Amino acid sequence: MNNNAKSSGRTAIYIATWICLLALTALTVTVAGMNLGKYGALTSVLIASVKASLILLFFMHLKYETLLLKAMLLGTIATIAVIIGLTFFDVGIRY
Amino acid sequence: MENSELNFYNTDGRYKGIFSWILSTDHKRIGLLYLTAMFSFFLVAVTLGLLMRLELIAPGETIMTAPVYNAVFTVHGVIMIFLFIIPGIPAGLGNFFLPLQIGAQDVAFPRINLMSWWFYMSGAMVILISLFTGGGAPDTGWTFYVPYSLKTGTNVTLAVFGVFLLGISSTMTGINFVTTIHRLRAPGMKWFRMPLFSWALYATGWVQILATPVLGLTLLLLILERLFNIGLFDPSRGGDPLLFEHLFWIYSHPAVYIMILPAMGVVSEIIPVFARRTIFGYKMIAFSSIAIAFVGYLVWGHHMFTSGMSDISRIVFSFLTFIVAVPSGIKVFNWVSSMYKGSIDLKSPLLFTVAFIFLFSIGGITGLVNGALATNIHVHGTYFIVAHFHYTMFGGTAFAFFAALHYWFPKMFGRMYRERLAKTACIFLFIGFNVLYFPMFILGWEGMPRRYYDYLPEFQSLQVISTIGSWILVAGIVIMFYNLIRSVFRGEKAGNNPWGGSTLEWTTSSPPPAENFEEVPVVTGGPYRFR
Repeated sequence: MNNNAKSSGRTAIYIATWICLLALTALTVTVAGMNLGKYGALTSVLIASVKASLILLFFMHLKYETLLLKAMLLGTIATIAVIIGLTFFDVGIRY
Repeated sequence: MENSELNFYNTDGRYKGIFSWILSTDHKRIGLLYLTAMFSFFLVAVTLGLLMRLELIAPGETIMTAPVYNAVFTVHGVIMIFLFIIPGIPAGLGNFFLPLQIGAQDVAFPRINLMSWWFYMSGAMVILISLFTGGGAPDTGWTFYVPYSLKTGTNVTLAVFGVFLLGISSTMTGINFVTTIHRLRAPGMKWFRMPLFSWALYATGWVQILATPVLGLTLLLLILERLFNIGLFDPSRGGDPLLFEHLFWIYSHPAVYIMILPAMGVVSEIIPVFARRTIFGYKMIAFSSIAIAFVGYLVWGHHMFTSGMSDISRIVFSFLTFIVAVPSGIKVFNWVSSMYKGSIDLKSPLLFTVAFIFLFSIGGITGLVNGALATNIHVHGTYFIVAHFHYTMFGGTAFAFFAALHYWFPKMFGRMYRERLAKTACIFLFIGFNVLYFPMFILGWEGMPRRYYDYLPEFQSLQVISTIGSWILVAGIVIMFYNLIRSVFRGEKAGNNPWGGSTLEWTTSSPPPAENFEEVPVVTGGPYRFR
C-alpha cells in the first residue's frame, strides 16, 4: 500500500471510530436514563472502557505498534484494574 | 573541583554561569541539581527532627507548644518523604548514573528531565510558601488524613498542591528512566548484562509511572473537597474517609518501594566491588526488584488494619504483605552470600552498606510484626511504627544513599574524600541511629502513641535515651557532610576507577565528559567481572 492509499484508508478508519464513539456516547446517555440499580455504574464503566480502547487502538495507533508497547499498556491497565478491584472489594463487603 | 582534562564541568553549554546549571539538559548536571536541593531540604528536616526530639526530652512543654509540635512533625515528614527520600536516589544518583551505566549519552528525554527538576523546585517552593501563609504550616501529619485535613484551618490546600507538583516531577523521572532503559542501551548491553542499579531504577520507574498519578488525583480531590465541600471524603456529607485512606496508600505504599528499590540497587553495586566477588544470584536479584515493585502495589491495605476495613480485606492484605517479604529476603540472602569468602575491603561505601543490611533487616522483620493482623492491632499508631519505618527508610534508604554518595563521589567530582573521616561519620551515624530509634520499638510496645506531644512519666527514660541518640546521629551527619563538601573542593585527585569497579561508569574519565564516553562502548559480558 503506498502512502496515499494508507492515509486514505486510515482516514476511513478514523471516521468509523469517531462514529462508534458518538454511538457509544448516545448509549451511555440512554443507559443513564434507565434504572439499572447497582448495575448502572458497571454498565457505564464497560461502555467507557470500550470507548477508551477504540481511542487507544485507532486514534493513538496502538493497533499498529509493537508487541512490547501493547504489553506495557495492558500490564498497566491490569495493575490499575487489580488496584481498583481490591478497593471496591473492601467497600463491597465492609458492611 | 574538576581534573584538568575536558569534562562536563568545564564544557561550555548553551548558557553561562548559574544558567548553565538551572537550564542544563545534561543528566549529570540535573542529577547534581537534585542532590544539592535534596540535601538542603534534608538538613532542614533533620533540624526539625532534632527540635522534636528535644521537645520530647521531658513530659509537658519543653521548647515548643503543642500546635507548633504538630506543625513541626508534619513539616518534618513532608520534607523527608516528598522532598528528600522519594526523589532521593533515583532523581539524584539515578539521573547521574543511569545513562553512564548503560552506555548512553543522556536520558531519553533530556528536556523533560530538566522540566522534572523545575516541577520539583516549584513544588518545594509552594510547600515552603504554605508554611508562612494562610493558616500557617499544616498540622495533619504527612498523610493528610481526612476528615481532619478537611477541617483544620492550617494551610493544607497549598501544601497539598505543592506535593501534587512534586508528583508530576516524579512521574516524569519514571517515564524518562523506563524509556531510557528500553531505547538507549549501548550495543551489547542486553537486559541481563545491565547493572543491578539500573534494574532497580527500571522497577522503580514503573512504580513512579503507575502509582504517582493516583496520589496526584487524590490530592486534587482533597483540594476540591476543602474548597467546595463536595462530599467525597467528609462523612458528614455522605463521603467516605476510608476511600481517602485507600487512595492515599495506593500511592504511598508503592512509594515506599520507590524509596527502597534504588537503595537495594546501590547495595547490589557496592558489594561485588568491595568483596571482589561477582554478585550471587544476579537474575534473582533483578527479578526480585520487579517482584517487589509488582507485589508492592497490592499491600497498601496494611496501613488501614485498624481503620474499619472489612475483615476479609484485612486478611487478604495481611497475606499479600507477607508475600512481599519473600523477594526482600531473597535480596538480603544474596547480598550476604556475595560477601561469603570474598576478599572484603571494608572501605566506607561497604561500611555504610553493611550498616544498611543490618538496619534494613531489623526494619523488614519488624514490618512483619506490623503486617500480622493480631500484633498490628497492638502496635498500630504507636512508636513501634515510627521505629519500623525509620529503620527501613533511614536505616535502609538513607544509609544506602550515603553508601552510594561515597561510592560514586570520585566519579562525580574526580576527587576523593578522607576515608578515615568517612568511616568515623558512619560509626557515629550507626550508633546514633540505633540509640535514637531502638528505644522507640520498646516505647511503642509499651503503648506510647506516635505523634503525641506529651507522655506519661514512665516513658521518660527511653525518651531521654532517644533524644541523646539524635545528638550522636546529627554529629555523624555533620562529620559526613563536612568531609564530602570539603572534598568536592579540596579532596585529592581520584583516578578514573579508584575502587576497581567493572560497570561502565568506571570505564570513562572522572568526572565524565559531557557526552559520557569518548566512543560508544560495546558491551561483551555481564556487569560484575570478579571471581
